[in-house]
Amino acid sequence: AEVEETLKRIQAHRGVIATVVINAEGIPIRTTLDNSTTVQYAGLLHQLTMTARSTVRDIDPQNDLTFLRVRTKKHEIMVAPDKEYLLIVIQNPCE
Amino acid sequence: IGHPEIFPLVFTTKTQEIFNCRIDEDVTEENCFKVIKKEDIIQDLKTRSTVSDFHPVKKVVLDYPGEELLVVFDAKLQYGQNFYLVASEEAKENLLKPSETAEKKEEEEEKEEENREEILEFYPYKPPVHKPWVSLGSEKEIEEETVKDTVTKIKYMISRVRRKFGAPITFTDKNASHVTDSYVECTSYQDKTFSIKMLEKDVGIQMVPKVREASTQTKWTYPKNAATQYFPRQLSNEEKEESLSSEKLKEFLTSVHLRMEIALQQNEIMNAFFDDWKALAEDESSRGGKPDVYLKAYQSFTDLHYLKDTTINCVCWHPTFYGIIAVSARKQLSYEEQVNLSEKSLLQQSVILFWSFLDPIHPQLMLECPEDIYCFQFSPSDPNIIAGGCINGQVVLWDISQHEKNLQKANTVADGIKMTAVDMVNSSILNILPCNCVSGPSLVQVQQTSTEPPLVRYCAVSSIEDSHKKPVTDIHWLPDYFEDNGMGATFENRAEICMQLVTCSPDCSILFWDIPATKLPEQSSSEKVKEEKKFYIPPGVLGTEKHLDLCWKPLIKINLCESDTNTEYGPVRISLRELRYHYKTSEKVPSLNTLDVFVRDSPHREMSTPSSKIMKVLMNISTNFFVGNEDGEIVYSDWKIEIDSDSAKPVSKYVIHTEAINTLQRSPVFKDIFLSVGGRNFAIWKEGLTSGPILQSRCSAGRYTVGRWSLTRPGVFFMGRDDGNIEVWDILKKTHEPSHFHSISESVITSISPWIASPKQHFLAVSDDFGVLHVLETCQILNHPARNEVGKNLYFY
Repeated sequence: AEVEETLKRIQAHRGVIATVVINAEGIPIRTTLDNSTTVQYAGLLHQLTMTARSTVRDIDPQNDLTFLRVRTKKHEIMVAPDKEYLLIVIQNPCE
Repeated sequence: IGHPEIFPLVFTTKTQEIFNCRIDEDVTEENCFKVIKKEDIIQDLKTRSTVSDFHPVKKVVLDYPGEELLVVFDAKLQYGQNFYLVASEEAKENLLKPSETAEKKEEEEEKEEENREEILEFYPYKPPVHKPWVSLGSEKEIEEETVKDTVTKIKYMISRVRRKFGAPITFTDKNASHVTDSYVECTSYQDKTFSIKMLEKDVGIQMVPKVREASTQTKWTYPKNAATQYFPRQLSNEEKEESLSSEKLKEFLTSVHLRMEIALQQNEIMNAFFDDWKALAEDESSRGGKPDVYLKAYQSFTDLHYLKDTTINCVCWHPTFYGIIAVSARKQLSYEEQVNLSEKSLLQQSVILFWSFLDPIHPQLMLECPEDIYCFQFSPSDPNIIAGGCINGQVVLWDISQHEKNLQKANTVADGIKMTAVDMVNSSILNILPCNCVSGPSLVQVQQTSTEPPLVRYCAVSSIEDSHKKPVTDIHWLPDYFEDNGMGATFENRAEICMQLVTCSPDCSILFWDIPATKLPEQSSSEKVKEEKKFYIPPGVLGTEKHLDLCWKPLIKINLCESDTNTEYGPVRISLRELRYHYKTSEKVPSLNTLDVFVRDSPHREMSTPSSKIMKVLMNISTNFFVGNEDGEIVYSDWKIEIDSDSAKPVSKYVIHTEAINTLQRSPVFKDIFLSVGGRNFAIWKEGLTSGPILQSRCSAGRYTVGRWSLTRPGVFFMGRDDGNIEVWDILKKTHEPSHFHSISESVITSISPWIASPKQHFLAVSDDFGVLHVLETCQILNHPARNEVGKNLYFY
């Protein structure tokens, strides 16, 4: 399906380690990691995204969060929020 | 009415005529009285009984005592009728008289008035007529008020004789109290009516605190541990499928994937957080000017006693202790003597010497060897186990756990070590070689002089029949995570202890030796000297306890050959894949001891003729290895142990070097890069690249005797030459010549061994033909890789 195709395309980018799709409640729907890691990422990033979104909207109610990037020493976590779902991609940027 | 004797009557005219009292004729107002005789009234009554006017008063008339009755004309109707009868004499009299009097009064008044009018001017004076006093009762009151003597007064008359008047008198005293009633006392008494009322009073006051005991009871809620167990929510597979196929997900992905791809591409293009400034600094320091690359001579060890006329052929650092090097040496003999290897009698025992940095004169420890050791290695899992390969093909094991303490001891003890020579259990029966004899399995406590380093006997020697026929040229410990059993299958070694050795020898065989795990683990440095070594005797039997020595047989034997050309290979060096050692770090006390150096003889390199046995090669799927042999060939093949040994071709064979390979080493950084040194050139190989070496040097003027990779820098390796120089090659800088050149000694460099003692101190142990071990300290530049040197090297390769 298109869903599969899109996800595969994202996964095929250089350096991408994992892709996780979670629903609005934080329950993973589709993932390329093992179960425990997926659950951990889903829970933590869901909370972080909610906090970030509420921060943005507190400052300006007309505004909304479109993208969240967390750069760490080892890799980069990218979160694209939406009304019902959340797409999380973990990429190793350099090398 | 009011007047009981007045009775009103009505006189008719007839009556009036009878009695001659007709109104206005006989009786007028002025003359209203008429006296009527009673007899007349009675007569009237008789005649006109009821008609008579006197009928109502008939009784009164009859009762009237008098003779005449008065009838009064009442003109004013005073009593209600025009006449009234007066019923009583007295009233009659009164009426008549007053009327008379009235008439009189009227007359008098008329008269007085007449008189007054007449006699107004003068009033005749009549003197008061004296009348008698009439008592009205006032005499009593007077009598009451008057004061009269009730009692007649009494008169007294007192007389005295005249002469007693005026006579003198004498007075006397008398006590009043003696005579009763002589005086009357009037004592004072408090009259309460006069006491003073006190209105102000001084009163003292003391304040005392009220002490009250009270107590409360509180409810103590003691802390209790509570725990919650939870697990994350997960969707079932059906729900997942449903969500995956939902429209919303599709829309979401279409809207989101663009942003995501932009971000991903950004990361791929460049690293936004790359600090150019910092990177610039690093490059500067490594490239600026002529950096001072040097190998500083740190120490050199030599021993006159043991190392006279010897060449060191193998140098190994102690993996855990700082500054301890083990050196094996062999005697330099002439050619004839080397040929007569089997018949020589050793003047002194062959030993491996342990040197310590702190004591360059005295070796710390000596390991006794049955033969000259050609190569030896510390066991990676237990640094107290040392395996060595002998000239005659035997494999020897030492255990120096008893001396571990001593090796760790501080420098002050280095001089005065009194050690007991440890006598390992060895009941060896060396039939063939008339060499160092081995005493019985008894405990030998040898007190040595203080200058003499302790001697450690070997604890295991392989049996001669089963070991190599030629000198063991290379010995390696197999990595600790796989082992082979006798059946040939490779399985994982759970004990994580290096248990197996692989040795190769120019007799075209590669032998795998096994050391049971029960022996190796708990090797504490106890004082107990006698230790039983369990060795694996026949394949497939584990854990049997037996005294070893000459019973040790190899586990697996691999024969190398090439089936078609039927040539044999004399493997000189072997390098196995995935040789990753990690040493158990016991306490890294930087205390040093000196070690011994083993003396040996009969160099291998002069051995020329390879054996002519035909061997077979077994294919192995899981592991590969490189073998460099005497002819300068590099053979790359697999090994897999199978019971039915099939002849399998080696995977590849390269002839690059002209002489025997003396170094075949895997790069410590890149697992698939090899360095091979032989003769006058060296080559760098990449595993998997079967066309040839990646890099091959040109023939140099002198022979390269040994080469070693640098432990830290991926593109740097050290080459030893036969003119006593060390070359430092840096692939990234120059590939056609060494980047640096050092002269170490006068003789041939026989062995190089780099070591990392601390992050700041990297050593390079170089041994030469004179039996001297030089320890050099490499400078920082050679120690620390540049930041992306790994990447660059990878790219290079």
